[in-house]
Amino acid sequence: MAWEQEIELKVNGRAYAKRVSVRTSLGDFLRDQLHLTGTHLGCEHGVCGACTVSVDGKSARSCLMLAVQADGTDIVTIEGLRDEDGEWSVMQKAFFENFAVQCGFCTPGMLSSAIELLKENPDPSEDEIREHLSGNICRCSGYQAIVEAVQAAAAAQRAEVQV
Amino acid sequence: MKAPWFDYQAPRSLADALGILRDAGEEGRVLAGGQSLMPMLNMRVADPEVLVDINRLPDMDRIEEDDGTLRIGALVRHADLLNSAAVRERWPLLYEATTQVAHPAIRNRGTVCGSVSHNDPSAEHPSVLATLDGTVLIASADGQRELPAEEFSEGMLTTALEPGEMVVGLRYERPPARTGSAFVEFARRLGDFAIAGAAALLTMKDGVCERARLTIVGMGDGPVRVPEVEDLLTGKTLGNGAACDVFEEAAQIVKASVDAAEDVHVSSGYRRHLAGVMAKRALETALVRAGVAA
Repeated sequence: MAWEQEIELKVNGRAYAKRVSVRTSLGDFLRDQLHLTGTHLGCEHGVCGACTVSVDGKSARSCLMLAVQADGTDIVTIEGLRDEDGEWSVMQKAFFENFAVQCGFCTPGMLSSAIELLKENPDPSEDEIREHLSGNICRCSGYQAIVEAVQAAAAAQRAEVQV
Repeated sequence: MKAPWFDYQAPRSLADALGILRDAGEEGRVLAGGQSLMPMLNMRVADPEVLVDINRLPDMDRIEEDDGTLRIGALVRHADLLNSAAVRERWPLLYEATTQVAHPAIRNRGTVCGSVSHNDPSAEHPSVLATLDGTVLIASADGQRELPAEEFSEGMLTTALEPGEMVVGLRYERPPARTGSAFVEFARRLGDFAIAGAAALLTMKDGVCERARLTIVGMGDGPVRVPEVEDLLTGKTLGNGAACDVFEEAAQIVKASVDAAEDVHVSSGYRRHLAGVMAKRALETALVRAGVAA
């Protein structure tokens, strides 16, 4: 029986080859083996959304995916959102400027979901934002500041595209 | 919590997958999108010895439409249905139900066949399959077989699937012309499991109902078809305002017949009441969509 397997994957643009236990979740792998502790695990059964990362360009719960299943994938976590000069992304800046972060536990997942939304829909309505973020629970903010941050990021991104 | 130990297999062909499942017998479980099975593993509600990951099987992610029949493979994700022009344009009940499945990140990975195989009474896809008189396509190392939706669902999280078998696809037949459909559900929070819901199909001709289907979501042990209501509606005039009283009677039948459980969210009475409200709302919307003013 194979309790462990070799996997090769890309995380935040960097290639890794690692040996993983087959029962290890992608979230635990990112935190414990790659030491990318920006991905937070909350409920570990897919409800809270804190562990959401981007897998091949689509948001996924890293607690509901095995690390072995990530073999050959391209993953982006919160650590991969800055540009090469270390500048925050548009969405990170908008979260900061709109006070959309309080304790910060939900933030990595919120950012991942919000970035996916703007990729599909550059000008979402408030309802569309709330629907897309419905799978990410925040226990501090009451969501209002987060929705405003996504609106601000959308506006900033549209302005950038026009320039 | 963390998942228990299991032997992980990721076969590259269906024949290999079925061979592993045959050898594993009752200890084998298929892992597709993992949006139900992984939580069960993490909470240790499920503890299979062998996990057969089918994500690397070829051709299982196809959505094929042919002359009024839709066939979807075992790796078709909820998001794939939402991105399919064919589904959006010609399979409105399936599309509308899928928009209400969980949240975007779950829809990106979770599969339709997985939802049907899991058979949670609150889930959308088992009820859609029942409402459309769909068919479950099953394979094992010994061959293939098909089961109609109503025979596949056997109870709470229980299906007719035997050890060694897996669901390889689903087949839906398009309802006749002049059919309106609706899928409605109610949850405390957008995307949560439905407390109650309903799926309805009404085929109308000259204001008279030719064919009716009604399935209640979130009650009993699985998707609950309500033949009493279907019989009541068939042959009835529903146009020119006649629907109001008939649908009220339908809602009363639903409320009297469903097995409404109490849980941490709601009392049995509230869920029962909601089942009636959802049934009426689905029927009214389906009627309007069939081109008849309610």
